[in-house]
This record gives sequence, structure tokens and C-alpha cells, in this order.
Amino acid sequence: MEFSSLTFLAALPEFILIFFALVLVLVAAFARHSDGHIKTVRTISLVGYATGFAALFLLPQGATEIFNGMFRIDGLTVYMKGLVLLGGFFACWLVGDGWGEGIDRAEFHLLVLMAILGMLLMISANDLISLYMALELQSLPLYVVAAMRTGSLKSSEAGLKYFLLGALSSGMLLYGASMIYGFSGSTGFSEIAASLTTGDISIGMTVGMVFLLSGLAFKISAAPFHMWTPDVYEGAPTPVTALFAIVPKVASITLILSVTYNALGEMAVQWQQILIALSVISMIVGATGAIMQQNIKRMLAYSSIAHMGYALAGLASGSMQGSTSVIIYMTTYVFMGAGSFAVIMTMRRDGLPVERISDLSGLSSTHPIQAAGMMVIMFSMAGIPPLAGFFAKWYVFLAAVDAGLVPLAIIGLLTSVIGAFYYLRIIRLMYFQEANAPLDKGGERQNRLVLFASLAVILLFFFFIGPVHDHASSISGALASFS
Amino acid sequence: MISSFFFYLFAAVTCLSGLMVVTSRNPVHSVLFLILAFFNAAGLFILLQAEFLAMLLVVVYVGAVAVLFLFVVMMLDINFVELREGFQKYRTLGIVIGIILLAELFTTFFQLAGDSGALPETTGVHNTAQLGRVLYTEYVYLFQLAGLILLVAMIGAIALTLRSRPGVKRQSISDQNSRRREDTVRLAKVRSGEGAEAKEGSH
Amino acid sequence: MDAYLGDYLPIAIFMAIAISLSLAFILSAFVVGSQKPDIEKLTAYECGFDAFDDSRKPFDVRFYLVAILFIIFDLEIAFLFPWAVALGDIGLFGFWSMMVFLGILTIGFIYEWKKGALEWE
Repeated sequence: MEFSSLTFLAALPEFILIFFALVLVLVAAFARHSDGHIKTVRTISLVGYATGFAALFLLPQGATEIFNGMFRIDGLTVYMKGLVLLGGFFACWLVGDGWGEGIDRAEFHLLVLMAILGMLLMISANDLISLYMALELQSLPLYVVAAMRTGSLKSSEAGLKYFLLGALSSGMLLYGASMIYGFSGSTGFSEIAASLTTGDISIGMTVGMVFLLSGLAFKISAAPFHMWTPDVYEGAPTPVTALFAIVPKVASITLILSVTYNALGEMAVQWQQILIALSVISMIVGATGAIMQQNIKRMLAYSSIAHMGYALAGLASGSMQGSTSVIIYMTTYVFMGAGSFAVIMTMRRDGLPVERISDLSGLSSTHPIQAAGMMVIMFSMAGIPPLAGFFAKWYVFLAAVDAGLVPLAIIGLLTSVIGAFYYLRIIRLMYFQEANAPLDKGGERQNRLVLFASLAVILLFFFFIGPVHDHASSISGALASFS
Repeated sequence: MISSFFFYLFAAVTCLSGLMVVTSRNPVHSVLFLILAFFNAAGLFILLQAEFLAMLLVVVYVGAVAVLFLFVVMMLDINFVELREGFQKYRTLGIVIGIILLAELFTTFFQLAGDSGALPETTGVHNTAQLGRVLYTEYVYLFQLAGLILLVAMIGAIALTLRSRPGVKRQSISDQNSRRREDTVRLAKVRSGEGAEAKEGSH
Repeated sequence: MDAYLGDYLPIAIFMAIAISLSLAFILSAFVVGSQKPDIEKLTAYECGFDAFDDSRKPFDVRFYLVAILFIIFDLEIAFLFPWAVALGDIGLFGFWSMMVFLGILTIGFIYEWKKGALEWE
């Protein structure tokens, strides 16, 4: 085994993030507590994400496998890594220099950087062991940051729930992985795929696949594995919720994509059933659960469950069109999540962050720009044309119909209509309701970059949909099922 | 013959102590039974010629994890009577899940019977050296990833639990060594009835 | 197989002696000693009263921190064993891969040290 320059080059963004993470560890170790050091730390991690993003353009073209085939880069992984790094940058930008809620510490930025690193490795995982290790590297820091608000019972509850259910899901994932290893005789994705081409598919393989997908469904909070999501979203400090809402699901969906399409492509009939079930339940739970929520973070938690349902509907179609639609969906998902949290995190009353839905009332008169932005984002999430969210759903349903999954598409359309109700409720509150108590002025400048970036994407998606679709469909050609 | 005797011995004790972990009244006893189960599992690993795993089980699980369990059991002031009630409440569900898992194990066992394709060949080289030959070269990626995960665990544990308490008196050796006589000692002529506090020229 | 298991014979004998001796002590105490239990002897007793409540007191969370840091370094050591055994076979690459691993964890150790996580106030 030689550590060639190709190895170094193919994993360049990861090496860069490791370097920045180690620098942050030392900064956290030597910094005395003062306001200055948190500014430095945040700048370092922003520079880290930006450098990692820039390094994506230096990666070798075409599919490359390093570390004995455990780490794979191709067009798809590079694109998804770009989304994750962008989301990490947004989340870090939104925290600001002094958020409060016990997270203004160097450790917070350090752990988030580590989690983002884990997500990049997840996206590149091409082996069951590297999949698991990367998943743990992503999850562990997230458990910690969810519980980081010391002295808050809700934050501790969020961290503990997230940790316990995450550990359970890791256990299920490992059980499934060991079954797949036992029946295929290998942990590498390409070897597993090769073993499936010969002979019948055994029951053990199917059981292993079900456990593996259940474990991954926990990570993307697809119903019926969604129980942790609302509580964790509500209990965690808001910047952490923003991080949860923007980034990890991109990595986990990519992982499901590469497990199903790369490793278990021959078992499409079997995993399609699982994904369809997950998708239908998620769409229904997400749409109906959000209606009664009073807390905006809980509402967005249910909204993200519904979004995962739509993304899974695209995956379940098992076609190249399906994977293309998922890529487009996750792209819009990142920007919609970032934009909505850019608005939510602007709102404060008496210096404290507010998180009740009713606090949004009258936002149009106090914060007109934020209210307009939130309106666009909510319309996009509801799937109103010609915004980005409409195209995302359009391609997903198109893929489902073309794959013969007409009932799935119909359920998706119906739940979209239900979902539109609570998105529109927010718009009604902002524009047609008197403010019950005024929100603090100021703070808009801070989050403006993220809000405007996401609004630009959502509004102008219409013009770029052709190239984006072409790119998404060309990079999903890298998946093993289509080559 | 001898190995099968030891297999049944270790397996029986592991199962029994596993049962005792769940059913014993005192949680400290549960942890002690857990340690017994770990020891016997280590014996099973030795019978499988997986010596390194056996050693890890003793060093890491018995040496560290079980101690942590004991701390946690003692740290949380649990009302054990209430825990018992929960046990009764979920018994049916637990039994059902247990039966499902058992059925799965059986199906895979009978599917696999006679076909152990994934088992590696045992060669003359012992287990630890075999691991060592691949872990640091072929699997270097996973090895370094493990290092990063340990780093995250370290930082996470400290970030969550370490509090600096105000008002704690610590020894500061450098401060002690850098004290000079002039900073701390003052010679004063004390007149009777006036005390030594007043500095010269202040009255 | 038998030669391999033969290596463990001393441990098996040691365990057998340890278990039989401790069993002998406990059982002989039961057999030889006189036992006349009654209710008063068997009840919990606290300065002349029945016990008020559980004598268990919650531990300080710092015990937990020390234990978890111990586990982390324990695992780090566990990685050193196969490395030391196979160092002759894995060459310079294997050597440096362990150095990188230790380097990462040393940075963690510096963090731990500077934060005062190893101090007991």
C-alpha cells in the first residue's frame, strides 16, 4: 500500500477539513474565554468550509477509488460534497459571533466541523465499514452539540434522545451490515454488487438490506423512524437545529442512494418496497403532524420529515430519472432550509430568540425583507410554481409515475396539498395578523447573506433548471446501476 | 472434546449471567454479572482462536466499560422500584421482539449451515499479528478514522461535562516559585498599643 | 488446535484452583459456622432505628469524565498491541500511520490537559 499523490488529491477536501479541525482543537485548548476568540474560531471554520469547497474543483475528473476501494469520488459525490460544504458554511454563518444558548464556545464550531467532515466521508463511503465509521464520525459530534446548552432540560433531553435512538439505529445498521457481509462474503460495495449477479438473492441478504435501510432511515428521520426529530429540533439550540435541518440529510440520502444503487442494484425489487413504504408514511406523517404545531422548530421538523418522504419517492423509482430527481430535490432542500432559518434566527425579542409560530405575526411590518423572504421560501416549500420547490417535486413525481408508481405520486400530491395549508398559515400570520409584541430591531444585516443566497437560488431556479437537470442526470450516470 | 467441553461451559455461563444482568434486583449486581458474561465471552473468543478480541474484551470492556457502567449506575440516583414496574409493563413487547430476533437468527443459521464462505482461513500466524499486518496498511483509512472518532469522543465528553467551578483553591506552582521576599515581607517597628497595620507615613 | 489450547492450560488450572478455593471457603463457612437467624438479626439497622432511606448517594459527574477519558486512552492502547506485534512486517508505512494516529490523539491530549479535565479540584 502506497500513499500516492492521487490518494492525497482525491481526498483533498477531507484533508483540508481535518487540518482546520486540528487547528481548532489547539485554539480551543489555548484560548482563554473572551469575546474575541469566538470570532477567530468562527472565521477559521468559515475559511475551512470555503477552502474545502474550493478544493472540490481540484479533484480528479471521473470515478476514482482510493484506500483499497473504500473511498470513492465521482461526479455525484463531488456535487453532494459541494452541497454539504455550502450547508456547513451557511449554518456556521448563521450562528454569528454571539448567539447565546451556551454554544458560543470554540468546541461548538470544532464539533460541527468534525460532523461536516464525517458527512463528506459518508458521501464517499464505498464499503460497509467505511460507511459505518463515517456515519459515527458524523453522529457523535451532532449528539454533543444537540445537548450543548447546559442547564437546559430540553437540550439535555434532545441530546439524550438523539443519542439513544442514534445508537439503536447504528445497532440496526451494523446488524444489517453483518448479515450482508455474511451472505455476500465482502464489505465492499462493488464486491457485494458482483456477488448479487450470480444466483438467487437469499433471505439473509434481504433481511440484512432491511436492517441497513432502517438504520439509515433513522438518520434521515423518515417515518416511522422519525420519533426523535421534533423533540431534538425543539430542544437543541436554534443554530444546531438549523444545522440539522440543512446538512446531515444530504449526506444520509446520498448514502442511501449509493447503498441502493451501487451495492444492492440487483435487489431493486426488494428495496423498492421498503423505500415506498418509508416514503408514503413519511409524507403522511410529515404533512399531518405539522398542522397542530405551535413551535416553529417542531413544525420545520415535521416539514423535513415530509421532504424526506418526497426525496425517498424519487429514490424508490429505482431509475436514473429517480436519482436525478433526488439530486435536484436535495439541492433545493439545502437552500430552502438555510433560507428559512436565516429568517427564524433573525427574530429576537428582548435579546432572546423566539420560536413560537405566533411570534411571526406582523412580521411584514417590522421586518419587511425577512417576511417577504419567508413568504417566498414557504411558497417554494409548498411547491408553488415557478419556485425551486415546485421543480423538485415535479421531477420526483415524474420519476415515480414513469416507474409505474402512480399511487405513490398521487399520495405525494395529496400530502403536498395538506402541507401547503401550514406553509400558507405562516404567510397569513406574517401579513394579515397584528403583531402581539414587537420583535427586536436590528440583526437583519447578519443573516442577510444566507437569506439572499437562498432566495436567489429559489427564485432563479426557473432559469437554470435545464443545466441543473442535465448535470444531475449526467452525474447520476456514475452510479453502478447505470454503467 | 476438551474444546467442546469448554465451549459449553463458557456458553452456559454467558447465557446465565446475561439472564442475571436483566433480572437481578440490585443494578450493581447486574454490572457484576455483566463482567462475568464478558469474561466468558472472552473464553469463547479464545476457543475461536481470536485471542486479540478476547484480550480486548477483558482490557476494554471489563477494565473500562464495566467501571463506567458502575459509575453511571451510582451516579444516577435511580428509583429501582419504578424501574421494575417499567419492566413488567414492557414484558410482552420485549418477549415478542425477542422471539422475532430469535426467529431471524434461526433462519439465517439454517441458511448458512454448511456454507461458511465469509469465514477467513486460519493460518499459522496468530490472530494479533494477522490483524496488525492489515490494520495499519490496507485499512489505514479506517484506522485513522477511528483516531478521529476517539478525538471527537474526547472533546465531546469534556465539552459536555467539564465545568470550571468558581471559588476553588488551586495550587499554582509557578506563582509560588516567583514570589520574592520584597513583595511579601515588610519589616515594621511596632509601637506598643498601635498595631502593625498602619503603613509608615499614613497617619 | 490442541497445541493452541494447550497454551492456555496454565490459565485454566489457575482459574480452576481460584474458583475451587473460593468456593471451599464460602461453603465451609456455611457448613461449619453456627447459624441461628431471627428477624431482629436480619433487619436493616441504623443507630437504633429502621433505615430511613437508601444509603446510596449520587456520584459526582467528574468520576464519569475520568472514566470516559480512561476508556478512550484504553482503546488507543488497544490499537498499539497488533502494531507492536506486526511492526516487522508492515514497514515504514505502518510505522508512520501509527505516528499520525498518535499525533491526532496527542492533540486531543493537549486539549484535555490545557482544559484541566485531568485535574481534580
